Amino acid sequence: MAGKTLYDKLWDAHLVREQEDGSALIYIDRQLLHEVTSPQAFEGLRLAGRQPWRLDANLATPDHNVPTTAKERAIGVEGIEDPVSKIQVATLDENCDEFGILEFKMKDQRQGIVHVVGPEQGATLPGMTVVCGDSHTSTHGAFGALAHGIGTSEVEHVLATQCLIAKKMKNMLVRVDGELGPGVSAKDVVLAIIGEIGTAGGTGYAIEFGGSAIRSLSMEGRMTVCNMAIEAGARAGMVAVDQTTIDYVKGRPFAPAGESWARAVEAWADLHSDVDARFDEVVVLDAATIKPQVTWGTSPEMVLPVDARVPDPAQEVDATRRQGVERALAYMGLEANQPITDIKLDRVFIGSCTNARIEDLREAAAVVKGRKVAASLKQALVVPGSGLVKAQAEAEGLDRIFTEAGLEWREPGCSMCLAMNADKLGQGEHCASTSNRNFEGRQGFGGRTHLVSPAMAAAAAIAGHFVDVREMLNQG
Amino acid sequence: MKSFSQHRGVVAPLDRANVDTDMIIPKQFLKSIKRSGFGPNLFDELRYLDEGKPDQDCSGRPKNPDFVLNQPRYQNTSILLARKNFGCGSSREHAPWALDDFGIRAIIAPSFAEIFFNNCFKNGLLPIVLKESDVDVLFAEVGAQDGYELEVDLERQQVIKPDGAALGFEIDDFRKHCLLNGLDDIGLTLQHGEEIRAYEARRREQAPWLFGSR
Ligand code: SF4
Repeated sequence: MAGKTLYDKLWDAHLVREQEDGSALIYIDRQLLHEVTSPQAFEGLRLAGRQPWRLDANLATPDHNVPTTAKERAIGVEGIEDPVSKIQVATLDENCDEFGILEFKMKDQRQGIVHVVGPEQGATLPGMTVVCGDSHTSTHGAFGALAHGIGTSEVEHVLATQCLIAKKMKNMLVRVDGELGPGVSAKDVVLAIIGEIGTAGGTGYAIEFGGSAIRSLSMEGRMTVCNMAIEAGARAGMVAVDQTTIDYVKGRPFAPAGESWARAVEAWADLHSDVDARFDEVVVLDAATIKPQVTWGTSPEMVLPVDARVPDPAQEVDATRRQGVERALAYMGLEANQPITDIKLDRVFIGSCTNARIEDLREAAAVVKGRKVAASLKQALVVPGSGLVKAQAEAEGLDRIFTEAGLEWREPGCSMCLAMNADKLGQGEHCASTSNRNFEGRQGFGGRTHLVSPAMAAAAAIAGHFVDVREMLNQG
Repeated sequence: MKSFSQHRGVVAPLDRANVDTDMIIPKQFLKSIKRSGFGPNLFDELRYLDEGKPDQDCSGRPKNPDFVLNQPRYQNTSILLARKNFGCGSSREHAPWALDDFGIRAIIAPSFAEIFFNNCFKNGLLPIVLKESDVDVLFAEVGAQDGYELEVDLERQQVIKPDGAALGFEIDDFRKHCLLNGLDDIGLTLQHGEEIRAYEARRREQAPWLFGSR
């Protein structure tokens, strides 16, 4: 009999009940909650007179709507100028208070983007099932966990029953072998993967990322990769547990300690795919060939190495694809065959659950240190992923490096990743962004998003247009 | 939950692949804490020429005459014909809420993004996967005939064309059962409360650190 994949093991360990048609009830160890996708779930509980099944499995924090300016933040919820945002954050506070759910509120230093906060607190642990009403829950798979986004009705279902109705996915292995070149980061790896398999390539699969290049990534890098599994169409992405995972988890507030720690570490040793495990699909990439990536279009699969030229629709044989390229070029205001490095930028955004952890900020700071943001830029924002990341960065002096270079240093939240607060693009503006989605209007009505790594965003901020960060690093 | 058994209605063709949830309902409308009222902002950026604001009366806004749902022949649309990977992007259930509120009952496409697909069933909306070649034919037929209607029969798992030809589709038994009967998932799951408790007790033995971790 063939061995099991990591996903098979996680699935089996959480199976409560199988139904005849192949759907199943799986047990959920951790649910993370934020203000956008939870109000209707709490309302549903209230209307049905139900209580949460297990309070200690839940953890909440507002992130999407919170303002990132120090002025608004100093006051707390009352300080939110946008009345609709204020209602949403206040509703989360009220719901958590009413039902007794632990919440890191706006003024709590532990507040931040849910996908930064969970791992940072040790609330995401190896071997867990983790869900959240947010598609980037795939991030938590970096810990050898089964983690994926769910809809609001499912949030209510998990609150009420601690279970999810699910169907087993297929197994895909994405193996990245070899060594990454200097200046090439986890973000470039995942963009290259999406460029390879496409935005629907992972649909129906749970993706395990493996290979020596993935193994050599830090936990933060692995989170960046798993974060964007959803952009490849897969609800869940994951990486096997190894010493890097265990070292990261150790000593975090929610992590087991003492005798319990030793038992946990022993149990986690099995959280990898067996050598003879069978995958339904295997994709292999060579790390050495991956260059810094830039998306030129309106879907994450529209991505190219920084030294490439924007595609020419005339070269597309397939009519639907040709139309797609034409439409994307028109929306993005780009010409066919234009070099990517010619794309001029209006704004730069360094932040989001993909790239707002301390290593991301260090990577960006290393590039801008001692340099100045291009005068042609309207704005360059750095938004840390959580209050604790912010404090750490300030302790290391990164905030000063950014502000001296002319970037704005903000309070934690989702910010310009989806522009639900005041941080957004104007119509037609180009933005180099470390976030994960370049959909039309994502960062503001008519805004034009280019997804890149933190180092590439920092380099673009200095140059005012895209540049190969490797050249800038060579200049020291 | 609303039930679904049979439905006949006007079909509108949305001819683009990878329609994402930001396109279905832009983020500024996610700030509502209700489940209803999203219909006027369905496909907001495609449908109107100006930028939509939350809590705005949409009746006076300039409409994009090129957008399919604005064309006179597609008024009263209740079945949406779409391309591959429909509903990709975020997990927002506001997307099916907006479609439902607008009056869409079924969506036909060659493939759907998974979270969106799931979310539809929780809201009495039926996503139907048909072969790409069948979808191509439907696009051609809808375009060629004003007032083109389809009939969807969930019990028989068929889409029936005006000429009587039937296209079969697959659906999980459990989902079908829930949709036909308008059943609430939570109530059904709670019937297995004993099994959940038994699992929890086992799990607590094996992995005590997952419980009461504060
Ligand atoms: S940072 Fe962006 S992608 Fe991540 S949770 Fe916030 S809005 Fe979603």
